[in-house]
Amino acid sequence: MNPVAVVAYSQSECRADAGAMNEVEMIMPQLQAVYEQVGIDNAQDVDFVCSGSCDYLQGAAFAFVAGVDALGAVPPICESHVEMDAAWALYEAILKIRAGHAQSALIYGFGKSSPGELPTVLSQQLDPYYLAPLWVDSIALAALQARLMLDSGAISERDMAAVVSRARRSARNNPAAQFAGDATIEEVLSEPYYLSPLRRSDCCPVSDGASAMIICTVDQARAWGCPYALITGIDHRIETHHLTLRDLCDSSSTRQAAQTAGAGEGHIDTAELYAPFSHQEIILRRSLSLPSDCIVNPSGGVLAGNLMMASGLSRVGEVFRRIVAGDSTRGLAHATSGPCLQHNLVAVLEAA
Amino acid sequence: MSQADVLSQSFELGFTYTRSVGPVVGRFLPAMKQRQILGIRGSDGRVLVPPVEFDPVSAEALSEFVPVASEGTVASWSWVYHPRDSHPLAHPFAWAFILLDGADTPLLHCVDARSPEVLHTGVRVIARWVDEPCGHIRDIRCFTPVPEVADG
Repeated sequence: MNPVAVVAYSQSECRADAGAMNEVEMIMPQLQAVYEQVGIDNAQDVDFVCSGSCDYLQGAAFAFVAGVDALGAVPPICESHVEMDAAWALYEAILKIRAGHAQSALIYGFGKSSPGELPTVLSQQLDPYYLAPLWVDSIALAALQARLMLDSGAISERDMAAVVSRARRSARNNPAAQFAGDATIEEVLSEPYYLSPLRRSDCCPVSDGASAMIICTVDQARAWGCPYALITGIDHRIETHHLTLRDLCDSSSTRQAAQTAGAGEGHIDTAELYAPFSHQEIILRRSLSLPSDCIVNPSGGVLAGNLMMASGLSRVGEVFRRIVAGDSTRGLAHATSGPCLQHNLVAVLEAA
Repeated sequence: MSQADVLSQSFELGFTYTRSVGPVVGRFLPAMKQRQILGIRGSDGRVLVPPVEFDPVSAEALSEFVPVASEGTVASWSWVYHPRDSHPLAHPFAWAFILLDGADTPLLHCVDARSPEVLHTGVRVIARWVDEPCGHIRDIRCFTPVPEVADG
């Protein structure tokens, strides 16, 4: 595919509770930040805008429309929305550019999960006859998956704790992180079970916040004169929504998406994986066959802070940041949606 | 100007419509009312429980229903120390993947057990039905461990 350039990215702090701050107030600082990075004034200066959010978080139909207030959409702009993580808004924006309908696009994702009980809200995305009436929540499903991994000998609880320990340490360099610190593997293992076999540290926190990105054609990136990274491949694949019919110890959809995104066509030195639970990072690393010297989740990943509906876009943004900083030449970003890694997106980014 | 009458109307937040459950769920739920759990045969011959309309691999429409037992084996489980208000049981319990006898894929449901020490992968459990099943997944109130019978 013709590469698309990422020219700007910003993410808010991950806050456990944003208090009275509303969604528009969470989004606007991120939009201002990406406008400044490319030197434009507002959303009128890009050809297309696409956002990702979930009305269930706000508890009202068409709640996402309120997010448009952050854009100042007068005179009218060309705008779209996905009821998905904003990584899929990025996917739509890339299609728009590749189809020749836009030279540039603004993407943003936002979620204020704190007012509700996020795992319970997510239980209502499950099968409406077999699962949703049980109110089985997202953490319980991940716990059942982790047990399958442990029982099969594919991982140990120590492996899971090692993921947590590394995520916390990496997050010390991430000012937006909600959880960062020096937790050792032993300290993690000394925690009591939360939903066995998961400990609280195995689970991503619930965070409020937003992230934003600007992408464009390579010509537009040169015209703007700002540093950029190239998205050379992107794809997403989904597995059946009957999760007991899936092999939960593997992520075949991630592997398929990575193949068609061209991940294997060169060395991956950095990967940002959307793994809301520690054992899922291990599933993803294996499904992607990441090389042993690949730096995984240098930001701390979502175990350090999980912006529902924005964290997938942020994974792409974190890889972009490292490429323009010169810390990476070819990286992989992954986003997920649905229970137990049901739906996965992979993007490959390279230095220009 | 006198104060206008306030127009008001009661409002129920919810889906105020009914829907058809289709040819497969529409067989599964009435069978539950008879305390019978149904599976369906997949294109590879496996018995899929609960039954699905389309094969997860080939996408072929499926139609051969297969009754399975109300008893089976725990394939994975998670102990809930602090049940949420929405959960089916108010006291600590387990979520489990339960491979019912005669099935090749597990059913997800709750297991009412005294403590997590009682549970392990492979433990036998049996469905406990509500007194008046109405054709719903929660006609099974929960599963409970089957007391182990000593050999011989």
